[in-house]
Amino acid sequence: MTVMTYAEAARLAVAEAMRADDRVWCVGEDLGRGGVFKQYAGLPEEFGPKRISDAPISEACIMGAAFGAALVGTRPIVEMRFADFALCATDELVNQIAKARFMFGGQSRAPMVIRKPMGMWRSSAAQHSQSLESWYAHIPGLVVCCPATPQDNYSMMRAAIECDDPVVYLEHKNIWMMEGEVDTSLKAEFGKAQIRRTGSDVTLVSWSHTANLCVEAAETLAGKGISAEVIDLVSLWPWDKAAVLESVNKTGRLIVAHESVAVGGFGAEVVATMAQSTTFKSPPQRLGSPRSLIAYAPNLEDKLRVTADMIAGAATKSMESVA
Amino acid sequence: MRNFDVERGLARLTLMERIRAFEETARHAAVEEELVLGAIHLSIGQEAVAVGVTESLRKDDYITSTHRGHGHTLAKGADATAMMKELLGREGGCCGGKGGSMHIADFGVGMLGANGVVSANITIAAGAAHGVKLLGGDQVTVCFFGDGAANRGPFLEGINWAGVFELPILFVCEDNQYSASTKTSDMTSGNVADRARAIGLPVTEIDGNDVEEIATKSAEIIARIRATGKPEFMLAKTYRLDGHTYFDPATYRPEGEADRMRRESDPVSRQRELLQEAGVSETDLDAVRTTATAEMQAALDAAKAAPWPADDTVFNDVQDVGSPAQEAF
Ligand SMILES: Cc1ncc(C[n+]2csc(CCOP(=O)(O)OP(=O)(O)O)c2C)c(N)n1
Ligand SMILES: [Mg+2]
Repeated sequence: MTVMTYAEAARLAVAEAMRADDRVWCVGEDLGRGGVFKQYAGLPEEFGPKRISDAPISEACIMGAAFGAALVGTRPIVEMRFADFALCATDELVNQIAKARFMFGGQSRAPMVIRKPMGMWRSSAAQHSQSLESWYAHIPGLVVCCPATPQDNYSMMRAAIECDDPVVYLEHKNIWMMEGEVDTSLKAEFGKAQIRRTGSDVTLVSWSHTANLCVEAAETLAGKGISAEVIDLVSLWPWDKAAVLESVNKTGRLIVAHESVAVGGFGAEVVATMAQSTTFKSPPQRLGSPRSLIAYAPNLEDKLRVTADMIAGAATKSMESVA
Repeated sequence: MRNFDVERGLARLTLMERIRAFEETARHAAVEEELVLGAIHLSIGQEAVAVGVTESLRKDDYITSTHRGHGHTLAKGADATAMMKELLGREGGCCGGKGGSMHIADFGVGMLGANGVVSANITIAAGAAHGVKLLGGDQVTVCFFGDGAANRGPFLEGINWAGVFELPILFVCEDNQYSASTKTSDMTSGNVADRARAIGLPVTEIDGNDVEEIATKSAEIIARIRATGKPEFMLAKTYRLDGHTYFDPATYRPEGEADRMRRESDPVSRQRELLQEAGVSETDLDAVRTTATAEMQAALDAAKAAPWPADDTVFNDVQDVGSPAQEAF
């Protein structure tokens, strides 16, 4: 076990994979200086400019060229800088990468990790703050990961690089510096949730940074005598339905919380799936951002945040209401 | 008359005739028999580019293509029967009936896919060349695209990328003067060759209906790319003798334009004439066409006889992790 940050954990996983496999390489803007969040620091020195490759400000081509390079046998890690800019490469991801294997009748694979730093961070406003994970979960062909801890950013990155499917890998910008113990013997399994805390009264389901807020909320709830189970999905596609179902069967209460807009968010998918599969003691709830745009001023930004207090409040309310 | 190798000239004619016969057979199957299900885009009139350029490619070299990709695919060595089955959506199609004409691909011969999205194949091709360079191979990648595709962003991004990373790739713009129903020049400021020059790529402008010229120049260019590892650009002026899709009457073209082009610069007729002048008999030339037509008719017969793909293959080859087949909900 070593203590490291969320950014360092992913960097270690990338470095180990690159040492083990010459076909793995990284490409994105400003990578030659370690990347805009320093999540590649040290790698240019170790691996050189061909394997930690700078790129022109050409998001469509970064994505498209990495895909072409994957088709001929390399295993690219694509850095999109901010999840928001990945929208400039939507055709390449959604129409090409996600579909190639199927459209070509299984002739090809696109073993790629597409890193998209997401989420609200330091008054970054509407074009540098979005959480669009539910879009990608909607696209057949893609694997979608949203790790919330240094351990998961290490273990999931390892699994993502080894995966032969294209993996959309969303790291939360607000927790680059979050520290935690990392066991480097671990490799994550897609669709296997982390039970971040066990409990018997209410199930809190989340992913990415909001999962950390759920853990905080669970601590508050414990102080009030409410035992909350926190399930961090880690990957949204595939997602661990069995773990959520088992927990809800035990607690009878479900709260899903995410930073992204509630409308059409992945929380709706979780709630709907559970509604088809089990019964509740109180109506399941989802917490997400109001359907507004992320603002610059801190007070405005805060109006859109799902907080630990809100999660605890919803859980408390669910203990009172009856389905 | 030009001095040329008759045997090679015949091989070029044969491949052009095979492409033409494939597409005429496919058009017949679409129009008369309603067997081809989706839209198909014919390259009738443009065969010389596919044939001339790919002649100097090895089997392990790569190409990417467009919605108008039958010619490129056949020229790269794909099996006509598997292609025809794909157009009919049948089992045994090169993509298992999942892609159809616009997603035709044969990775076994380095054909990395046609594309339903105009211009999208340009960045992919740049990437294939990038991958080759990273892996230390000596394969050349050829990217075929249309004149209309040069007005999308990926064109700029892709050729800049190839220039920046010094990639072994040949970009081939097949300028057939039209983008669907639009005269491309009406919607293009400046010209495409100048765009490539501005990026720093060596440009060859060529008569795209002269297979001899294209093959000769391509041999030089591709040898140079293989030796230097650096990108080049070819602009081939050609003409789409048919409509944009097989059901497009193309009435937006000036009266008589297509007829004149058919008379004056159909690459197949031109190559036949050249061979005739070089002493090949009309009987021999007709035999080339008859053989090609028979091959494609047999391909169509085989495709008609093939069953639909098994229903549950719709769940295959989506993804390994979280595949639809594993999903109970
Ligand atoms: C991004 C995108 N926009 C529009 C279309 C519709 N479309 C298909 S082919 C075509 C014309 C393309 O012209 P060009 O690149 O010159 O190729 P050509 O058809 O002449 O071979 C258009 C507009 C498309 N498939 N993709
Ligand atoms: Mg055109």
